[in-house]
Amino acid sequence: MTTAVAPVALATEVRTPWTEFWRKFRKQHVAVVAGFFVALLVVVAILAPWIVPYDAENFFDYDSLNALPSLKHWFGVDSLGRDIFSRILMGSRISLTAGFVSVAVGAIVGTALGLVAGYYEGWWDRIIMRLCDVLFAFPGILLAIGIVAILGGGMFNVVIAVAIFSIPTFARLVRGNTLALKHLTFVEAARSIGASDWTIVARHIFPGTVAAVVVYFSLRIGTSIITAASLSFIGMGAQPPTPEWGAMLNEARSDMMTSPHVALFPALAIFLTVLAFNLLGDGLRDALDPKIEQK
Amino acid sequence: MLQYLARRLLGLVPTLALVALLVFLFVHLLPGDPARLAAGPDATPETVALVRQDLGLDKPLPQQFLRFSTGILHGDFGRSLRTKRPVSTEIADRFMPTFWLTVAAMGWSVSIGMLIGVLSAVWRNRWPDRVGMTLAVSGISFPAFALGMVLMQIFAVQLNWLPTVGADTWRHYILPSLTLGAAVAAIMARFTRSSFVGILQEDYVRTARAKGLPESIVVVKHGLRNALIPVVTMMGLQFGFLLGGSIVVEVVFNWPGVGRLLVDAVDMRDYPVIQGLVLLFSLEFVLINLIVDVLYAVINPTIRYR
Repeated sequence: MTTAVAPVALATEVRTPWTEFWRKFRKQHVAVVAGFFVALLVVVAILAPWIVPYDAENFFDYDSLNALPSLKHWFGVDSLGRDIFSRILMGSRISLTAGFVSVAVGAIVGTALGLVAGYYEGWWDRIIMRLCDVLFAFPGILLAIGIVAILGGGMFNVVIAVAIFSIPTFARLVRGNTLALKHLTFVEAARSIGASDWTIVARHIFPGTVAAVVVYFSLRIGTSIITAASLSFIGMGAQPPTPEWGAMLNEARSDMMTSPHVALFPALAIFLTVLAFNLLGDGLRDALDPKIEQK
Repeated sequence: MLQYLARRLLGLVPTLALVALLVFLFVHLLPGDPARLAAGPDATPETVALVRQDLGLDKPLPQQFLRFSTGILHGDFGRSLRTKRPVSTEIADRFMPTFWLTVAAMGWSVSIGMLIGVLSAVWRNRWPDRVGMTLAVSGISFPAFALGMVLMQIFAVQLNWLPTVGADTWRHYILPSLTLGAAVAAIMARFTRSSFVGILQEDYVRTARAKGLPESIVVVKHGLRNALIPVVTMMGLQFGFLLGGSIVVEVVFNWPGVGRLLVDAVDMRDYPVIQGLVLLFSLEFVLINLIVDVLYAVINPTIRYR
C-alpha cells in the first residue's frame, strides 16, 4: 500500500531555487562543515562578553607573564599578563563585524550602482564605471591606507576603507549580470505590459544577480578580514590594548624570540576564520553556478 | 593593433587625471591645516604663514592644482616634511628593493602556482588535486604578515639558516619573497586548475587523445597553450596584489622599500611623501593593467574590435 503513495508524494515536491540550492550544497561536505564553523564563530562572537573566562583588556596575571597554555589559561598568557583565550574570543567580534559590515556596505552600494549602470547604460554607465576605474587604480590596501591617512586610524575608519574598496568589484559584477539579463524575454515581457523601471529592476533583474553577489560576498569576507587585520598589524587599525587579532600579532612581535605562542593563536584564529569563509564561498559557488553542473 | 593601443592609452588619461585630483585633494581632506603640518607643531603663526605662502597654499584651489600637476609632470613631488629631501629622491632610493622583491615573488609564485594548477587538473579529484587545492585554499586564507612571522621564526630564529631583516644579499630575499608570493601562488593554482579542467573537456583534446598522442603531449601542447590565455590575464592582475602586499611584508621584514616608506610616512603625517607614493603605486597599477589588456589583445584578436 505504501508503495502506491510514494510517487504521489514525490510529485507534489516542488523544486524551488532554494531547494535546488540546498540539494547541491548539501553534497559538499567541506563547505557544510565550514558553514557550521562560521555559524559557531558568529555565536561565539555574539556571546563573547559573557563566556570569556577573564577580562580581555583589564585582567593582568602578573605571576604568569608569557606563560604557556595551561588548564587555567587555555591559550597561555601574553607579555602583559592578559589571558590570550579571552582576547581571541573578544577579537572574533571585531574581525567578524569588520569583515561583515565592510562587505555588506560594499555589496549594497556596489549592487545599486551596478544595477543603475547596467540598466540605464549611457551616461550613468560611463560615470559609474569611470569612478570604479579610479577606485581600481589603487591596489586595495593602498586605498585603505590612503583613507586611514585622511580619516585617522581606528577600526571604524578601517571598515569604511575596506567597504569603499569593495564597491567597484560588486558594481562590475552586477553591471555585467544586468547587461546580460535585461535583454532576456521575461524582461521584455515585463516592459511590454507597462511595468515601471523600478519594478523591472527590483523584481526581475535584481533576483537574477543575487546568486553571484552571495558567492562573491562570502569570498570577499575572507579578504576583508585579512585586510582589516593587516591594517591593524601595521598600526593603522585597532590600537592596543584592543584585542584585535592583527593588532595582537603586532604586539606579539617583540617577544617572538622567547614566547612565539603569543603570536601563534591570533595567527591561527585569522587563518581558520578566513579559511572557513573561503571554503563556504567555494561551496556556495559550486552550488549556485549553473556552469559547473556537469562533473 | 596600434589603433587599439592608442585608444587604450587615451582612455588612461581621464583615469590618471582623476587619480591626480584625488591625491591633490587628499592634503585638503586631512584634518588640520596642511601649512601647520608642514611647519611642525612648534612653529609660530608667522612661520606657518610663511610656509603657507611658500607652498602656495594661500592661492585658490584650481591654481594650486595647476601648480601641483605641472610639478608632477616635471617629476617634482615636493619635499619630504621629515627629511626635507625631494620626494622623488626619497622614493628613488627605496624603489629598487621593492621592485626586486616583487619580481622575485612573482617569478616563483607564478611558476609554482601554475604547476600545482596543471597537476591538480590532470589528476582531478585524486590525491595530487586534493593536496594541491588544500595548499591553495590555505594559501589564500593565511595572512601574509602572519606567514612572514612564522617563516622568520622557523628559518631565521630557530634554524638560523637565513637572515631575519635587511636587503643586502640574495639570501635576504628568500623569506620575504616566499611570504609575498604565497597568496599569489595559491590564486594562480586555483585559477590554472579551473581553466585547465575546462580545456581538458574540449573536443580538440579528445581528438588529440583519440589519435594516440601520449598524455604528456596532450597536456603540454594542446592543454597548456590554450589554458595560458586567461592565466596570463590573471598573472598581470596579481601584480597589483603584490604591490599592495609588499607594504605589509616590508613591515614584517623591515625591508628598505617603498612599502615601509609609505607606512612611516602615514605615521609621521609626511603628506608629500604619501602623495608621491600613492601616485606611483596607482600609476604602476594602471600601467600593468594596460600591459595585461594589450597582451590579451595580442593573444586573442577578437578583443581588439569591441
